[in-house]
Amino acid sequence: MSDWPLLSLVTFLPLVGATFIFFIRGEEEVVAQNSRAVALWTALVTFLLSLLIWAQFDPADPGFQLVEKSPWLSGLGINYYMGVDGISLWFILLSTLLTLICIVGSWHSVTSRVKEYMIAFLVMCTMLVGVFSALDLVLFYVFFEGILIPMYLIIGIWGGPRRIYAAFKFFLYTLVGSVLFLVALIVMYLETGTTEIPELMRANFDPGLQLWLWLAMFASFAVKMPMWPFHTWLPDAHVEAPTAGSVILAGVLLKIGGYGFLRFSLPMLPEASLFFAPLIYALSVVAIVYTSLVALAQSDMKKLIAYSSVAHMGIVTIGIFTPNALGLTGGLLQMISHGFVSAALFLVVGVVYDRIHSREIAAYGGLAERMPVYAAVFMLFMLASAGLPGTSGFVGEILVIVGVFMENSWVALLAATGMILGAAYMLWLYRRVVFGALVKETLRGIRDLRANEIAAFAPLVLLVLFMGLYPQFFITPIAASVASLSERLMEVQVQLASR
Amino acid sequence: MDWAVVLPEAFLFLAALLLLLFGTLFERQAARWVAALAVLALFVAAFLVLAQGGEARTAFFGQFVVDRFSAFVKVLLFVTAGGTILIATGYLQDLRLERFEWPLLALLATLGMAMMVSANSLLALYMALELQSLPLYVLAASRRDSLRASEAGLKYFVLGALASGLLLYGASLVYGFAGTLSFAGLAEAAQRGLSTGALVGLIFLIAGLAFKLAAVPFHMWTPDVYEGAPTPVTAFLAGAPKLAAMALALRLLFGPFAEAAAEWQQVIVLVAVASMLLGAFAAIGQRNIKRLMAYSSIGHVGYALIGVAAADQVGLQAVLVFMAIYVIMTVGCFGCILMMRRGGRYVEQIEDLAGLSRHQPMMALAMALFMFSMAGIPPLAGFFGKLYVFLAAVEAGLVWLAVVGVLTSVVAAFYYLRIVKVMYFDAPAQPFDPLPRPELHAVTAASAVFVVGFLFLPGPIVDTAQLAAEALLP
Repeated sequence: MSDWPLLSLVTFLPLVGATFIFFIRGEEEVVAQNSRAVALWTALVTFLLSLLIWAQFDPADPGFQLVEKSPWLSGLGINYYMGVDGISLWFILLSTLLTLICIVGSWHSVTSRVKEYMIAFLVMCTMLVGVFSALDLVLFYVFFEGILIPMYLIIGIWGGPRRIYAAFKFFLYTLVGSVLFLVALIVMYLETGTTEIPELMRANFDPGLQLWLWLAMFASFAVKMPMWPFHTWLPDAHVEAPTAGSVILAGVLLKIGGYGFLRFSLPMLPEASLFFAPLIYALSVVAIVYTSLVALAQSDMKKLIAYSSVAHMGIVTIGIFTPNALGLTGGLLQMISHGFVSAALFLVVGVVYDRIHSREIAAYGGLAERMPVYAAVFMLFMLASAGLPGTSGFVGEILVIVGVFMENSWVALLAATGMILGAAYMLWLYRRVVFGALVKETLRGIRDLRANEIAAFAPLVLLVLFMGLYPQFFITPIAASVASLSERLMEVQVQLASR
Repeated sequence: MDWAVVLPEAFLFLAALLLLLFGTLFERQAARWVAALAVLALFVAAFLVLAQGGEARTAFFGQFVVDRFSAFVKVLLFVTAGGTILIATGYLQDLRLERFEWPLLALLATLGMAMMVSANSLLALYMALELQSLPLYVLAASRRDSLRASEAGLKYFVLGALASGLLLYGASLVYGFAGTLSFAGLAEAAQRGLSTGALVGLIFLIAGLAFKLAAVPFHMWTPDVYEGAPTPVTAFLAGAPKLAAMALALRLLFGPFAEAAAEWQQVIVLVAVASMLLGAFAAIGQRNIKRLMAYSSIGHVGYALIGVAAADQVGLQAVLVFMAIYVIMTVGCFGCILMMRRGGRYVEQIEDLAGLSRHQPMMALAMALFMFSMAGIPPLAGFFGKLYVFLAAVEAGLVWLAVVGVLTSVVAAFYYLRIVKVMYFDAPAQPFDPLPRPELHAVTAASAVFVVGFLFLPGPIVDTAQLAAEALLP
């Protein structure tokens, strides 16, 4: 069992499922039903297989595990090279889980072009797992950009009224960033003669060159993340995307930026990363305070959550660029938690949108009366988003703030205000939507969660609580990798200080 | 003289003569057969090229050369030309343009292209180029009753003749200053240092070739000719001749004038940048899909020229990989365009594709794959072509050129995406007529499979391109 190419299997199984769906023919209704079924089973098996990755993962080993390697672009010496370490492990599981949740969650809500929809999500799953398990720069880039194709189609075909504008903005914005990364990738390849990520981590690039490479990567990851002021594509994409599209976008796509910083910028360009850390801190603090205030002013639920994502990602970037283990761990945990919480919040909005077809906060009020289960679920995720102790949102934030406090107390102070503002906009949102009297005519007949919606929420509810109560479970596998990265950064910091 | 060296060309020539005879005897009824036999002849010629093996040999007193480089390009040329003739036939039937001359002229033009690739002296170069160009002028104007097609043909002819004149003038200057026409002799002369006069001649030669490649600033004919010519002719123009002209440029610049790289590099860089910029920005406003493809081809030539500008073996390999991918996806893309028939009439506006994904999902998928591939989005083949080219540029120290390249490719992505948007996001228009043409569907599907499959099996093209590059630039 252990010599199975498990990572490739998890990566490409969804693609096989998508191919299978592609060949389904017949009556539209039958095709839709069969596509759903095939997609569900594919996603389920993929998720279970990805659990095997976790089961076989050795938490004590800081290096790459389950490594697979075979020749690919032979003339250039570029290999098909996959592997997983503590940093990527949870992201792979997050991708497969959220794909499964998306497919379950849109069981009833997507009725047009179901076949293409399911294909798009399965292809997306392949790309996402590929991004997190690629150990070769070119392979990574192929998956990294490949994501744009299914996401463009998901926003553009199944999105809201301004979907075309949003799809174009999403695609072109991200593309501009990533092509500069491509140039950096080529330069790194020509400097070292390899594109293997483990090799490049050991390469010591010239500090002057590092600055340029870092900036090129920053262009790519800051847009993906998204960091203020490169975030403007996000609210548009989120608002117009269908529910499941927002879920995958907020849940996994936004993590690729953070993952990129952790995988490339920090270990390969440590000097430049420390040099630019103040810039990151500044942008992140602005992101936290400014976008939280913007979120406070939103009248559209999805937009509010989109802005809250930008603010949360600000915490993440602060954590990632704090060289001590606390900050790095906090940044990673915050990303995982945000993966659960923001995904769930978009599902929460999707539930009422499917029923009332409005995202305006003003269109709702008093939902607790008719939808008690919904209100409870919403409350849990709302509190998790605000960082209540006992939920997953708290763990990451507190670690980041403690971690950065050791570096720079002002940043810690400003980041903490973000938590207060976060509580403010989330609680206010909840009050306006769920509490109060049910006065609106349209809401009288609204029904509580369906079975498939409960099935979609259940794993997220459990995970958010589990992570909040027993975070060590999530920290154990990542600790070794984070420790080795942190040691490296600390060494460089000491070197720089002594110079 | 070893006739085996020119066997594929001789075979094509005889095949063309026989088909001409056959066609004149049987007139209209023969058209289908002539087309089929022409395709067959091209595939046989491709096998003959493969059978020649890879060693470098010359014929006609060193005027004609075969090596791995020429073999690579010729096989690609014959396959592309054959594929284009295949997809063209049904369309020409519909337009009642189905004459036996059509495949015959295409065959002769392809023969000219093959000779361009093997030309080893300025004289052979010019002859081959004219043999390629003249049938193409006729083809472009073959729709005699259409004003636009006649205009396109005339424009193509006049500007093409001007370019030939430039090229010939350049050749005469080079001959006058270097004292020889053969590439081997020119290489020797270049080693001793080229005089200013010979360099001016080289610039004229490059200008002539830039016209054939449709590179800025010699691109003006492209949009009009692409739009005006019958679509199958456009498909033919967009693929094989570009490849042949690029191969000729490579043989000229990397062969006799390799020593003068520092001089011609500046010119190529300028042309590349201008082509990429124009290709990216001018295409944005286009409504006609053929015009859009014209600007797209200008842009693509710009990317290929980045590889030329690198002026080393890596660059050479990059250009070959890039052009191979480009011509194959162009054939597929035109395959889709040739399927755009509605109510018995062919349409060519981008809006006509609206909502295509609802009625003809397979065609829409193929077209979307070609568009994403041309935009250079991984994991499709077009990305790898660009990757090789940019890699070559950075390796040659032209980082800024690679940056210009990636940024223009973002601009270009906009209009490729727009076609996908029209097909997938817009409300459906009338469906296209179902076309019962297995050959058209097969060629398009094969091209689509290539665009997706290149990711999994890049070896055949990449490795042979490397061998070809080594043959030309050891």
